[in-house]
Amino acid sequence: MTTIKSNDLTYDFKKKTSAGKIKIKVWGKSQIVMLLTFLSLFILTVYGFWTFDLKGISLIEATNETLYNLKVMFLQPSFSHFTLLDAVGQIGITLGLGFLSTLLGVILSLFLALFAAKNLSTKTVSNAIIVVVTFIRAVPTVLWVLILAIAAGLGSEAVILGMVLHSVAFLVKAFSESFEEVDEGIIEALRASGANWWHIVTHAVIPTTASSLLSWSFLRFETNFTVAVAMGAAAGAGGIGFELLMASGFYFDLREVGFITYFILVIAIGLELFSTQLKKRFLTNASA
Amino acid sequence: MTIHAYKKSKKQLTIFFVTLIGITLLSAKLTNFNFLHGIQTLPKAIGWMFSNLYISAQSLEKFPSVLEKLVETIFLSITSTTTAAVVAMFLALMGSQTTKVNNFFASLSRIIASVYRNIPIVAWALILLLSFGQNALTGYFALFLATFGFLTRAFIETIDETSSSSVEALRASGATYFQMVAKAVMPECSPQMISWILYMIETNIRSSTLVGILTGTGIGFMFDLYYKSMNYNVVSLITISIVVVVIGIELISNYVRRVIL
Amino acid sequence: MALLHVKDVSKHYEKGKNVLSDINMEIFEGEFVSIIGPSGAGKSTFLRCINRMINISEGDIHFDGIDVSSLNKKSLRKHRTKIGMIFQHYNLVSRLTVIENVLHGRFGHKSTLQGVLGMFTEDEKMEAFHLLEKLGMSEHAYKRCDQLSGGQKQRVGIARALIQSPKLLLCDEPIASLDPNASKVIMDHLQSISKEMNITCIVNLHQVDVARKYSDRVIGLNSGRVVYDGESKALSSKAIHAIYGSEAGSLIME
Repeated sequence: MTTIKSNDLTYDFKKKTSAGKIKIKVWGKSQIVMLLTFLSLFILTVYGFWTFDLKGISLIEATNETLYNLKVMFLQPSFSHFTLLDAVGQIGITLGLGFLSTLLGVILSLFLALFAAKNLSTKTVSNAIIVVVTFIRAVPTVLWVLILAIAAGLGSEAVILGMVLHSVAFLVKAFSESFEEVDEGIIEALRASGANWWHIVTHAVIPTTASSLLSWSFLRFETNFTVAVAMGAAAGAGGIGFELLMASGFYFDLREVGFITYFILVIAIGLELFSTQLKKRFLTNASA
Repeated sequence: MTIHAYKKSKKQLTIFFVTLIGITLLSAKLTNFNFLHGIQTLPKAIGWMFSNLYISAQSLEKFPSVLEKLVETIFLSITSTTTAAVVAMFLALMGSQTTKVNNFFASLSRIIASVYRNIPIVAWALILLLSFGQNALTGYFALFLATFGFLTRAFIETIDETSSSSVEALRASGATYFQMVAKAVMPECSPQMISWILYMIETNIRSSTLVGILTGTGIGFMFDLYYKSMNYNVVSLITISIVVVVIGIELISNYVRRVIL
Repeated sequence: MALLHVKDVSKHYEKGKNVLSDINMEIFEGEFVSIIGPSGAGKSTFLRCINRMINISEGDIHFDGIDVSSLNKKSLRKHRTKIGMIFQHYNLVSRLTVIENVLHGRFGHKSTLQGVLGMFTEDEKMEAFHLLEKLGMSEHAYKRCDQLSGGQKQRVGIARALIQSPKLLLCDEPIASLDPNASKVIMDHLQSISKEMNITCIVNLHQVDVARKYSDRVIGLNSGRVVYDGESKALSSKAIHAIYGSEAGSLIME
């Protein structure tokens, strides 16, 4: 049965190209869209470089200067305007900003995500939440912080609320997707035994997704640390980001900039390693 | 679950929450954050936003100049992302377990990616500002450096997840390195990679606003200018324009993803 | 002379922990050999030592008169073209068409540039179609591989291995992910390949009854050692006990 000779076949499946050769490639819709995306990005990039307003800056000179600056920064880091203890304190403020905004974001997102998950909520409510969240996410964090600062006054409240908004936008998506992955059978079993919605949420949905919720939350904390650095510099929120702004923009002290950058780098890599471990342990085994 | 194990997990949970509360209080003290004040702020802020943030006819006159800066920002974000993606591609090929050339280069490229990814974009912007000044290039390089670190990690994960099995098959049949890259890695990974690139373009629009505020360029600078002069109608015009662009890019990306993934 | 000659082969990743120990065997042209043994016995590792996807720690392997360990990069590629490999998870490039995947088996015979540009001769394409016809797959030639069923994917995998014009086929659990019907189709194809094209097949299997039915010879591995090597007809339940350990023995005999 496996030894049909080709001339026994009544139908030849070979397709030919216009040049009369046997075709091997097939252009589906996905290949065409991919090619178009590539081409458009390529053209936009070339055009983008073409239209860059360089304002007569000498690229080589500026690059050399930057390389020199980087050399000073990273090879001779030191601090002059504050002590190591101050630096630790400032990092503490930045971490604190990141932590509080993550915590509040997680609490808020937990509720919103329950109503955004399609298997736990109605379509209208779920879609409404997704639209609001998409809008919130589209506004850069720094703009949220600055806008809130007009109403609330520039303090940690405005900064944290602004960061909470973005954390919520991120976490609602992540959380609701985790909830949607919960085995429908578990929910059905509880519903069949007469459990109400809150029973199902507290005894089936949250316990089975707890580990992935934790990993997502920590991942957001990692991001929020970086955001807090940025807010310190751009929105005057204090912390290590503000020190960085002072060192570079006010004192022009390259060595101190290097020192602060190293400090941030160490903390960020530490957080990343920790969150990778969490992710490895919980996110990949979540289904197992 | 035995009673003993139940008690143990309950104890762990208690320790977890006590620690959490402890860190919360410490953070609140360090940052001078008042929970009550924070909660009161929110309705006040929302009220203020609804009564002050609207686009007036007068502010619409600024639209052409906003549009010009907006286009500049879009191009900044696209050029930095695409060029970073090309560099990230090479680094990811070296850093991936599937396509590494040898262990030394694999570790090296992972370390480089990690360093660049974890230095905040603000730091890059401030460092580059010193020598490039208030120039579009400052923003370009800052976005480029942070993006390529991020994309390298994303690409490494993509290569290892989606193409390790077909690469094994080609290696077993005697294919060369570049044949494997061109005919197994590229076809399997390019949809996921395009998806990451589109995501990064969208993110970089937002990041370039931040960089702009710091370095006095692009749409961020314009926002800062009207913000400081308390012209909130133009501030809302700029914010809404950014939102429209970001959501527009997101819609295009979602369409492309739906077709190619 | 034997096609494959394995002498005192050992493999360890850490010192003192052998994955394979003192493997000796000779496999002749046209033979259909099954390797059975519990999970983690070293079956996959052993197969991959033959085409040097994994380097052995001690001993030597001669294939077709050539010492496998001595090969440099270029001759290793040439060595691999003579050995086709079939995988449990098919290892196809799922976004490309069936015919493209089959032609991937020709890369070992081509220059890098020809491969990268996808330049295949009309003869090669005809051959690919011929193999697909033989395996009953020609109507699917222009489908993307992710649209195929498991059994169909495995047949593409077989075609990709055959187009290399190999002397030996290494099959790593070819039916472990397939349902009984598809498994039978695949095993029938492998058997007829071995008989009609005189290609030697070494097949890792989980199912003892399948091994007994299809192969000329069965090799039993346990903890990296050969514990049985003989004709499949002579495979006794005592031997199966020795291969799988006493606990599992009763379970396997259905």
